[in-house]
Amino acid sequence: MDVKFINPFIAAISNVFQTMVHAKIKIGKPMLKQSDLVSAEVSGIIGLSGDVMGCVVLSFPGDVACKIASAFAGTELTMKSPDFSDAIGELANMVAGNAKKDFGDHLASISLPSVVIGPGHQVSPSKLSPFLIIPCETEFGGFNVEVAVIPNKKPAGKSAQSVAVGAV
Amino acid sequence: MKILLVDDSRTIRNIQKNTLKTLGHEDVIEAADGFEALACIAKDRPELMLVDWNMPNMDGITLIRKVRETDKALPIIMVTTEAEKSRVLEAVKAGVNNYVVKPFTADTLAEKINQTMAKVKATAGTPA
Repeated sequence: MDVKFINPFIAAISNVFQTMVHAKIKIGKPMLKQSDLVSAEVSGIIGLSGDVMGCVVLSFPGDVACKIASAFAGTELTMKSPDFSDAIGELANMVAGNAKKDFGDHLASISLPSVVIGPGHQVSPSKLSPFLIIPCETEFGGFNVEVAVIPNKKPAGKSAQSVAVGAV
Repeated sequence: MKILLVDDSRTIRNIQKNTLKTLGHEDVIEAADGFEALACIAKDRPELMLVDWNMPNMDGITLIRKVRETDKALPIIMVTTEAEKSRVLEAVKAGVNNYVVKPFTADTLAEKINQTMAKVKATAGTPA
């Protein structure tokens, strides 16, 4: 995956978490996701289309997701709270939206967020591109941001194509 | 001042409501998409509207175009993750008065609201 699509996510994660969650964040070295690596308990997923195709997944252990969602919403949230998935989805939305502005000439659109909750689930990227994992560490605990983005061969302005994201 | 918040995320609407409360605005109504917003406006026109871009059913840019067909005066601030210059220009062309990019601080949102309302007030006071 081209670094020009990864660096914007690193900047976006820092910006979103510092501004909206009021959390200091330490970002580790991105690494390729092994296909058998199981995701965490809570995943916020956004698809990207337009001049690029791919998706971004914010993947949290349950307790970390609850603490981060609570800090973001300004109120105590558990995984059973009605607003829990809304908060996780909105964080994913902000990270994707904030990152795509730095894709250079590639104008991207983002999907509405999806949130998967449950232990042992795995989010599979398109076969076109593997996920790169960006490890993140905060005072609330660690989580991963998984990114799979490649340029679309279609010229700018043509019809957008979404990449299927499957929760297994 | 009645303010309409249009965002599909209740979390964001709550954050916005808290910011508005600190500014002394407690008369707030909410909508989760463009259709709900149009219904709110038809029932009781607000004096300011904050609108997200990406929403289900009817997105924010479509909502703004529809509102501007009949109401050129309603102050509208777009609050969105869409930060590319082309998107901002599209929103300005559609008729927004101001633009806030998510993530935002409470101070930024407050500043843009005050800026927008001051401009609207100044324009209203200008002789034709």
